[in-house]
Amino acid sequence: MGLFLNIVIDGTAYGMILFMIAVGLSVTMGLMRVVNLAHGAFALVGGALAHWFQQDLGTGFGIALVAAIAGTVILALPLELVLYRRIYRMGELQQVLATIGLTFLFIATINLWQGSALLVIEFPQALRMPVDLGFRTLPAHRLAVIGLGFAIILFLWWLLDRTRFGVRLRASVDNRDIAAAHGINTDMVYLATFGLGAALAAIGGIMGSELLPIEAYYPLRYMVLFLIVVAVGGMGSILGSFLAALGLGILETAARYLLPDAATISFFAIVILLLTLRPNGLMGRV
Amino acid sequence: MTAISRFAPALALGIVVAQAAVAEDIRVGVIAPFSGPFAQYGTQYQQAIEAYQAQHGTSAGGNEIEFIYRDVGGVDPDLARSLAQELLIRDEVDYLAGFTFTPNALAVAPLIEQSQTPTVIFNAATSAINRDSEFYLRTSYTLWQVSAPMAEWAYEQGVRSVVTTVTDYGPGIDAENAFVETFEALGGEVLDSIRMPLSTTDFTPYLQSVLEQSPDGLFVFLPGGPPTYTFTRTYNENGLREDGIMFLGTAETEESNLQALGDPALGLMTAYHYSEAHDSEANAEFLATLRELHPDAIANWASVGAYDGVHLIYEMVEAAGSDGPAAVQHALGLEWESPRGPVTMDPESRTVIQNVYIREVIRNPDTGLLENVEQGIIATVGDLGWDR
Repeated sequence: MGLFLNIVIDGTAYGMILFMIAVGLSVTMGLMRVVNLAHGAFALVGGALAHWFQQDLGTGFGIALVAAIAGTVILALPLELVLYRRIYRMGELQQVLATIGLTFLFIATINLWQGSALLVIEFPQALRMPVDLGFRTLPAHRLAVIGLGFAIILFLWWLLDRTRFGVRLRASVDNRDIAAAHGINTDMVYLATFGLGAALAAIGGIMGSELLPIEAYYPLRYMVLFLIVVAVGGMGSILGSFLAALGLGILETAARYLLPDAATISFFAIVILLLTLRPNGLMGRV
Repeated sequence: MTAISRFAPALALGIVVAQAAVAEDIRVGVIAPFSGPFAQYGTQYQQAIEAYQAQHGTSAGGNEIEFIYRDVGGVDPDLARSLAQELLIRDEVDYLAGFTFTPNALAVAPLIEQSQTPTVIFNAATSAINRDSEFYLRTSYTLWQVSAPMAEWAYEQGVRSVVTTVTDYGPGIDAENAFVETFEALGGEVLDSIRMPLSTTDFTPYLQSVLEQSPDGLFVFLPGGPPTYTFTRTYNENGLREDGIMFLGTAETEESNLQALGDPALGLMTAYHYSEAHDSEANAEFLATLRELHPDAIANWASVGAYDGVHLIYEMVEAAGSDGPAAVQHALGLEWESPRGPVTMDPESRTVIQNVYIREVIRNPDTGLLENVEQGIIATVGDLGWDR
């Protein structure tokens, strides 16, 4: 029983971090259909800015978080105007090349600016405290990430399913020309959505940094992890990414408890099996 | 170059001029990562080499020594081999040096055998490398050399039960074997040996299992950077520290990432051969020169491995010039005072015999920085893994 509860709790906490770092990609690659391999680069920018605000400029965690998200969006919007706008209609290979190139550019820039050492973001003391769950303890920041993950999935559901902006976005993605003919400013819709993706990447990078610490090579180190979550969840489905992240998190955690030596193999075996059975992912639309 | 470097060769010349029959130009090819995620190693080698040259000049025994740097990027044995070939044939180097990763070091064995080129390993720490060629000389350490003393010290401190958690790749398994064998031979009990996949990001499940077994100590081997950061935080946050499970490590608290580890690193115990905070004249001089050239430089095991490696090369050049076999012969049994303490080049394993220190991470009240403070010398040891 204790083991089972451990698996559920640690698995949910780990899965929620996977969701946090992948949800931005679920927006840009899943919804906007651009193979955005630079997703990790935006998470890195967010993390590096938070580190800079907190450690070098001495601001508190909250200010650093907000300023880093804002900074990432401010950087992302011109990139959408200059680069991404040109590649939406290109083939996947061109998108891969453009965004991986962008990733290398970001890595080199951060490396030059902050060096290749770990860029630590210290969580406030309140989040550092262990919380007693009765049969064991869990650090408060894990609980905070679980809460934030639920908040983000609710917010995205509201934004995409319940607002006019969501209607416009779904229309623009389904058929951009007809949406434009109906008077939707699709350029603005794409710009705003891309900004949202970048903001989510930054939040994920910062809030996930306790498990996936920020350093210059972050985007390459964890690229496979982001892509797996989105692919298993199904392109275009935020809920799919959410379920995939939680499912994979719990399965991998279970493997770490039960078959420690084979945890990575079992993780990838499950991913392969899932994608063989459902090539479009859990909630993917054909 | 600073003023020191201009005067030092003149002094050196005066002493050794009689020995050097014919002055030669000696070239040393350094193969190390200078770009990519491991670029820090190459940078540290280069900084240490420059510091040595600033102190001792650019010639030994009248022979002018030139270093040629080649970037191998990362773990890439094919590239390491072709770079070595290029250095040996086109640049006509007389010595090779560097080598951060074991596969890269192993890849050049056939070449250096054929060309009879002394090859000084600054880092790669698998015992088996030196068996592949008589021309390998190692100024770093081996995993057996530091892991076995850790087991001895832990047993002395009253630790009787241990769980080992190592990253599942060559060096991790070497460390596990060394620790477990030594600890069990003393009569200690190893409750569990967990091998964690290299790609592990969340260590909670492993550490939660350790906590539930509640051993006296936890032996750890992790690659530097993100895994160490996450592991040490999880060790604290999941209550292992509170439960009194002693952290027993080796390179986890090395200096280039130590400040990033922050308060969770306080009190961690490690057995290792070099600490930037080592209190000796040689270390103080080394650090002073290093900081004079590179104010932000951090000295860790990679720096001291390179610094001593260069010293060894200078000694060999002074005695034998470009004659490879004679140079190696001269190096065997050589003793010198390193920034890490006294060292001897073991004639059999061709790895340095050195002190291994037990250190505790403590915050220096004057500088506010974390340091590996030596609590004692556990042993003066050679490569304990040589005969395994």
